[in-house]
Amino acid sequence: MVCQNCGSENAVIHLTQIVDQEMKTLHLCEACAAEKGLETSSVPESFPLTDFLAQMGGKGGEAGGTSGDDPEDSKPVGDCSFCGLSFSDFKESGRLGCPHCWSSFELHLRGLLRRVHGGSQHLGKVYLSPDPSVSEREKRLEALRKKLRRAVEIEDFERAAEIRDEIRTLEPVT
Amino acid sequence: MSDLLPIRDSGLGWLDASGEHSDMVLSTRVRLARNLQGHAFGPRARLNDRTAVLEQVKGVRDRVDLLRNSEVQELSEMDVRPRRILLERRLVSRDLVGENGSGPARGTAVVLSPDRPLSVMVNEEDHLRLQTLFSGLRLREAWRLLDSLDEELGKELAYAYHHEFGFLTSCPTNVGTGLRASVLMHLPALVLTKEIGKVLQGLSQVGLTFRGLYGEGSEVVGNFFQLSNQTTLGKSEEDLVDHLDRIVRQVIQYETHARQVLLRDAASVTEDKIWRAYGLLRYARSLSFEELMNLLSGIRLGASLKLLPGLRVYSLNKIMIFTQSAHLEEAAGRSLSVSEGDAHRATFVRRILSTEGVVPPDEDSVDGNASPDPTG
Repeated sequence: MVCQNCGSENAVIHLTQIVDQEMKTLHLCEACAAEKGLETSSVPESFPLTDFLAQMGGKGGEAGGTSGDDPEDSKPVGDCSFCGLSFSDFKESGRLGCPHCWSSFELHLRGLLRRVHGGSQHLGKVYLSPDPSVSEREKRLEALRKKLRRAVEIEDFERAAEIRDEIRTLEPVT
Repeated sequence: MSDLLPIRDSGLGWLDASGEHSDMVLSTRVRLARNLQGHAFGPRARLNDRTAVLEQVKGVRDRVDLLRNSEVQELSEMDVRPRRILLERRLVSRDLVGENGSGPARGTAVVLSPDRPLSVMVNEEDHLRLQTLFSGLRLREAWRLLDSLDEELGKELAYAYHHEFGFLTSCPTNVGTGLRASVLMHLPALVLTKEIGKVLQGLSQVGLTFRGLYGEGSEVVGNFFQLSNQTTLGKSEEDLVDHLDRIVRQVIQYETHARQVLLRDAASVTEDKIWRAYGLLRYARSLSFEELMNLLSGIRLGASLKLLPGLRVYSLNKIMIFTQSAHLEEAAGRSLSVSEGDAHRATFVRRILSTEGVVPPDEDSVDGNASPDPTG
């Protein structure tokens, strides 16, 4: 999308305003937004995914120029071995095709996640498959113990008790 | 609620306005995106992937306490109207009902719990979208219930999970926790005082976003805004939910303040707007949904400010849901043209306001102030 002010740069700031009860969205490039006194958000996720996708992977970073720090971005990427999705399909649709795509495009996705979410490490629930191996169980226990410490720190004792119960069900019986 | 109309109750528990701040916060919704190992998802999923996923879900339902005796509605097997009713109740997405194209794909379904505000969309963009809907501001409660369902389901079905990226999803904007918590707010005073722009702009700076009534891509009508977390990765579920909760409470304060400003600086204009809205709704013979939503915003503000005493938030919530076109058609038992729909809508609103909108005649107090005491 082109900036509505200068008509030449890519619009990266999308400002929604309500004037006389009517909602209007203004699409501006960074320079024009700064000129109008709008601060660029410190949180990267306010930009649409498609803008990021347009800047990444395959042909090197001419457009945008914000992603030149990752040399892996310029390597050619093979199709997903499970579902056959190509990286250019993904860039076009913004959707992955199967769980294996995440491994097939891991390097590129890590860079994308950093820009979209500010990082790539999941810090939420740790999942244990219905038939977990011992190492998965250990990983989950470790994560739960961390959560338990945190819950105690913030004095959420109800939650702490729940986590403790969950730890008990996972710990091997001695 | 079943006495109202010959439509099943599913998904309408939140209308009862029992939750905290329910005059300003209509509902709290939390959803989790989950995918199963070994199958393509989203646009890449073929019919055999979709049927395999649906069969797995059907197969484990009775082993999952929170889904015991649940109902599975396969969208491709349903008529258009019941599908649209699910959409109007926000139990399914536009994508799932195939509103944007050639109807729902085979294998798409929604699993509805019989006794709890829980449902699971099957074969939407992700294999599973677990969701819950509560009245008012009840983020933690909603998260806990959904977390319990997720724990149960995850023990029966093998989720796609990556040690670094978390729960894997079709779209990278949902990966990690797969959690989207959203709160539907009514913010008329911030709009009237023109402060809303600042508030919405501020949201993006704290990692939140807003949408209209029907979620992604929908427009804002009737001053209803859906606030939700923008990022799903890099924070725990509890942190995401708590953060949204904190910000929503701040927005409630801003809105409350803006309402005080309205009453202080523009009391007569505000009262006039509210009573005009009430008058139109009470007597109009034809109402488009958009007009209704704008007027409803006025009387919702009036009810909240106690300027329209006796008008319950429950009645207002009910009007909002039951005046959507598929609900009107269901009540009429037939298809309705646009003008017929507008007439049915106005009739429904008049009926609710005449039976439930007990407003003491305001003229009495005006007359009482202006004329000598009646002698008795």
